[in-house]
Amino acid sequence: MELCDLSAFEMVRLLRARKASAGELLESALRRIDTVDGRPGTLDAGEITAADRQHVHSFITLTAERARAQAAAVDRQLAAGEDPGLLAGVPVSIKDIFCVRGTPSTAASRILANFVAPYTAVAVERMEKAGAVVVGKANLDEFTYGSSNESSAFQPSPRNPWDLTRVPGGSSGGSATSVAAGEVALSLGTDTAGSIRQPAAFCGVVGLKPTYGRVPRYGLIAFGSSLDCPGPLARTVTDAALMLQVIAGPDPHDSTAAAVLVDDYLAALERGVKGLRIGLSPDYFQISFPDPLTGEYHAQLVPAEIEAPVRRAAQLLRELGAEIIEDVPMPNTRYGIPAYFVISRVEAASNLHRFDGVKYGHRTAQPVRDLTEMYRKTRGEGFGAQPKLRILMGMYVSAAQYSEQYYRRALQVRTLIRQDFDEAFDPNGKYRLNALLTPTTPTPAFELGAVYGDSVLMQYADQLTVPANHAGVPGISIPAGLDGQGLPLSIQLLGPDFSEASLLRIGRSYEQATAGDAWRTHKPAVLRA
Amino acid sequence: MSDPITPEVFAHLVHLAALELSAEEGEYVRRQLNNQLKAIRELEAIPLESDLTGSSHGVPYTAQNSPALRPDEWAPYPDVAELLAQVPQLEDRYIIVPDIPHTTLD
Repeated sequence: MELCDLSAFEMVRLLRARKASAGELLESALRRIDTVDGRPGTLDAGEITAADRQHVHSFITLTAERARAQAAAVDRQLAAGEDPGLLAGVPVSIKDIFCVRGTPSTAASRILANFVAPYTAVAVERMEKAGAVVVGKANLDEFTYGSSNESSAFQPSPRNPWDLTRVPGGSSGGSATSVAAGEVALSLGTDTAGSIRQPAAFCGVVGLKPTYGRVPRYGLIAFGSSLDCPGPLARTVTDAALMLQVIAGPDPHDSTAAAVLVDDYLAALERGVKGLRIGLSPDYFQISFPDPLTGEYHAQLVPAEIEAPVRRAAQLLRELGAEIIEDVPMPNTRYGIPAYFVISRVEAASNLHRFDGVKYGHRTAQPVRDLTEMYRKTRGEGFGAQPKLRILMGMYVSAAQYSEQYYRRALQVRTLIRQDFDEAFDPNGKYRLNALLTPTTPTPAFELGAVYGDSVLMQYADQLTVPANHAGVPGISIPAGLDGQGLPLSIQLLGPDFSEASLLRIGRSYEQATAGDAWRTHKPAVLRA
Repeated sequence: MSDPITPEVFAHLVHLAALELSAEEGEYVRRQLNNQLKAIRELEAIPLESDLTGSSHGVPYTAQNSPALRPDEWAPYPDVAELLAQVPQLEDRYIIVPDIPHTTLD
């Protein structure tokens, strides 16, 4: 095992014991990147080569020199006897949807390819202040619009470290691959419909979507402003807790960052699950999706290999003293995707109007008659198909003649979804759950190219994650084994508002209960070569 | 059922959105939009109480968890030149755009 394979918690411990320096941790990470990453994502990348197919391509921009300066600063602080912070010397990646001062901050889009952020997002600022060393900006679906990372304008897009012919999930695909392949110990992602939890599940790492408003959004290039949540991807539950401890909390720059005290997540980790009530819902063991021709809905059970780890987790947690509550109704789960199609598109269209080629970013080089034509050509060239789809759908469903039929109705459906969670978590209600235990995704990682292009089917990859975004509640995806093809499987825990400490505690108990499992000794394919 | 987003509706949307699409891209995007609408239509079948209010976000914001607004105070940006350096076309610190189309009203 190399230094870069250690958990963030262990890295900090070694650093504080003077058994490793921040510089050594960073160089180990950079060597791993050199081995497994391949060429970074670029515009107009040309043909995907045989060599490209052998690498994970987590990054759009590597910031090695900036990182070396940060690592040197941490080592200087340690030498001076100062406290370098909770994440001291830990190599991290940042999803390239966050502004980081002085770095290209592209949103994986041509329209922002030349944009260099003049300020740093609050979550990143907090990580850097805590001693984290930012190794690079991770690839993602363009403007986060996707569940496979294939829509990035910066190719080659990331590949799943467990099987390089498969997608890493998305939109925080590069974040997940960078953590899974040992290029970094932690990554900052965002989750609007599952964009942290789904790629975490596909890549066999931990992904935590905090409560909406738990982590500030200032400096995050916005997609769905009522849904976006920054959060950690990590290799262990403890590391996710460590990172959340750093990035959570109110922020005067973000009026939606809740004025709620931040729990001591690390202190809560080892408290076990005795007495906790954990629910299972039949509505999370089935998926509904429309026939592509008729639009008629079909429901089917999730595959047995997806359900089995959840049932096993329930059994293990029961043995540890949790009370498992079966048959918790979450009847509006199936409406999460239709409502998301409306709400997220309206918010995306609104947020994307600002990109017009006037003040920053791409401007067309073609001759134009007037300002309007400049807008059209700039946006036509700058946006890929997925942003265009979202803008156009957002405008359609919010148009005066349709907003009652679609937008207002979608907001009402969001209320129903929230009510499902309120009833499940009501401390005086019938179920009184501390958490709901579910699968994270309806399938393991699918093959590259298998779904991309079908925007409806792609969206349904988020069916089990998106209800938490509508409701605003926190959720965590935790690795739970490998399927017959060696692909990661996962479980998801969802909890009441601001219950991250409980979710992490349950996750940690599960991790300890499965510590001896054979699958935990398996490495991603890219590390076996 | 015919596609609700016809080529004419689509062209109007593209115009309103200040976008430009190639014929091939336009055909793909229009087809996807109509497919998405089929999924969205499930919303119409959901029985909703007439007095059910919509939620603009999931987590309720109360007096207890809403942050106080910060004072509305002007503060100069420390490095305006850094911002202006990213403007696609700049002359004498003015942001230059092509002619703004206008219509003379009767």
